[in-house]
Amino acid sequence: MLTKSFEITCPVGLHARPASILVSVAQGFKSSILIKYQDKEVPANSLIGVMTLGAETGQSVEVTISGEDEEKAMERLEAFFEKELKDL
Amino acid sequence: MIKGIPASKGIGIGKALVYKEAEDSNKFAGRKVTETEIENEISRFKAAHEATGKKLDETKIKASKVLEEKDLQLFEAYKMVLNDPILNDMVLANIKTQLLCVEASVLEAVGKIKAMFLAINNEYMKQRAEDVENVGNYILDALLGRERIDLSHLEEDTILIAKDLTPADTVGLDKKHIKGFAIEKGGETSHTAIVARTLEIPAVVGCGENIMNISSGDSLILDGETGIVIINPKATEFEEYSAKFLKHSTEAEEIKQLRDKSAETRDGIRVELVGNIAKPEEASSVLEKGGEGIGLFRTEFLYLDRSQLPTEEEQFQEYKKVAESMGGLPCIIRTMDIGGDKQMKSLHMPAEENPFLGYRAIRICLNEIEIFKTQLRAILRASVYGKLKIMFPMISGIEELREAKKILGEVKAELNEKNIPFDQSLKIGIMIEIPSAAMIADLLAKEVDFFSIGTNDLCQYTLAVDRMNEKVSYLYNPLHLGVLRLIRNIIEAGHQAGIKVGMCGEMAANIENAVILLGLGLDEFSMVPSSIPYVKRAIRNITFEKAKQIAENVMKMENTKQINDYVKERLYAD
Repeated sequence: MLTKSFEITCPVGLHARPASILVSVAQGFKSSILIKYQDKEVPANSLIGVMTLGAETGQSVEVTISGEDEEKAMERLEAFFEKELKDL
Repeated sequence: MIKGIPASKGIGIGKALVYKEAEDSNKFAGRKVTETEIENEISRFKAAHEATGKKLDETKIKASKVLEEKDLQLFEAYKMVLNDPILNDMVLANIKTQLLCVEASVLEAVGKIKAMFLAINNEYMKQRAEDVENVGNYILDALLGRERIDLSHLEEDTILIAKDLTPADTVGLDKKHIKGFAIEKGGETSHTAIVARTLEIPAVVGCGENIMNISSGDSLILDGETGIVIINPKATEFEEYSAKFLKHSTEAEEIKQLRDKSAETRDGIRVELVGNIAKPEEASSVLEKGGEGIGLFRTEFLYLDRSQLPTEEEQFQEYKKVAESMGGLPCIIRTMDIGGDKQMKSLHMPAEENPFLGYRAIRICLNEIEIFKTQLRAILRASVYGKLKIMFPMISGIEELREAKKILGEVKAELNEKNIPFDQSLKIGIMIEIPSAAMIADLLAKEVDFFSIGTNDLCQYTLAVDRMNEKVSYLYNPLHLGVLRLIRNIIEAGHQAGIKVGMCGEMAANIENAVILLGLGLDEFSMVPSSIPYVKRAIRNITFEKAKQIAENVMKMENTKQINDYVKERLYAD
């Protein structure tokens, strides 16, 4: 199991387009991926879940991944949160 | 009379058709099943889920004939909701642990998810809550075998009344006979509103529960501009709205017909009417409104609101998009005009005391030469896909212009060396927006292929007025004789050197001003696309001789009010 925190860097927060891109990224892996924001935790492959987290820009979320491809998945999510998200 | 939210312009007059859902699913709320029925309920849910997926795909295919790409994305959003693990897990848990029947399980899950969205208080999330409800209704349709009323064959002059409409309802819509929508729910961005605007059918949404008290066959008037629905109107109301209807439809028709006509005066002088855009996607609206090209493509969108500079490839793709969508019509690309009120994060520019008099536009480009070269290379490479021109903003004197041209020359030489193709005869122009440039227009004209007057800045620099400052903004006035004389000087200097002079400021979009500019000899008028038809109509309705006479007289007047009154009188009195 891998866990890491990330800051939300896109100006609109984790809604709309950034949320749906994250969901499609998460859907590409077999591992279970969970995202925790404040006291809520949701599966990252659920758009409803990710959008209703209400994670705003500047806040941080905690990602927990467990499963056979957890390392690859974490690598991909690091790229998403640390590089791609800024420009969304 | 019922008042709702105006969602699509126009007047609709006709008979009501009340569209109700076939069977109310709410009666299933809370209905329980026994443990032995669980398996059966789960397989009913799976079957309904699959049927809904298919239905959405079919509906999307049908809709692709009527709706645009961006509206079709709604179906993708619906499918994402349908396949969402949270929704599905919730429904299954309701069946297994709460022993609810499928219908009740779906209703409960949809209600809960809607509440989750509504808890985040913003308009976007409200719309997503509606999406979830619509998807829930699709699943319930499949479960109950509900068929929706066929809207593909309507009686003449129908005004549709409904609680809410989904893409499935509107897809085969009988466009010929529908004259309006009055909908209980929804806002300006709801599905019905979008469809209505695309099809140019008047619509009022968010009318409230009372709208459902209307009976099918009631006579109705609907005003999509004010959001009013009148039930069984009086004779006087009927007359009033018939007149409005006629006016609206003749005007819309007239504007449509103007689209393919040129901007030519009655005595045969032709000018160019083109559009200002800030994103490549807006190019299509210039063509829709009858523009003959793009007079100003602002490239700032590539630089703002981001922490990294745009790459050459990224810029190339955007410029190519515009070049191609204009299909050979000219497009003037203005190199970046950052600074002033537009700041760029990637450059870490320090705050300035006088940003409008500071480090901006070409001044940045001549200092950060690599940024400038990247943009020029991208434009040049894209120039083989259409007819592009390059325009430098904020030129104040001859040295700056020569320096910019020298850098452009270097980029061209570099491309030639690498055998990368570009339009070798690509035209170069400058914005004239600084008074010093206006005064030496005769010298500048010898160095470029065209001028474009930027009146917004020219005005603020000439009159020393910050138009954002409420205390002094009353002084901001393009018809100040000081500004008009500069404009005349620029046009005359351009013509003497044999180059075309255009304008891409807001001034050109105003009909009275446009007539004065026409009279002063302006060759090209560039404006927001929506203004193009109105200016075109004004140009087509006047002779060049008359415009010239108006302009000559205006140049002798002392104050703006006198100018305004005189132009209006000459335009509308006879």
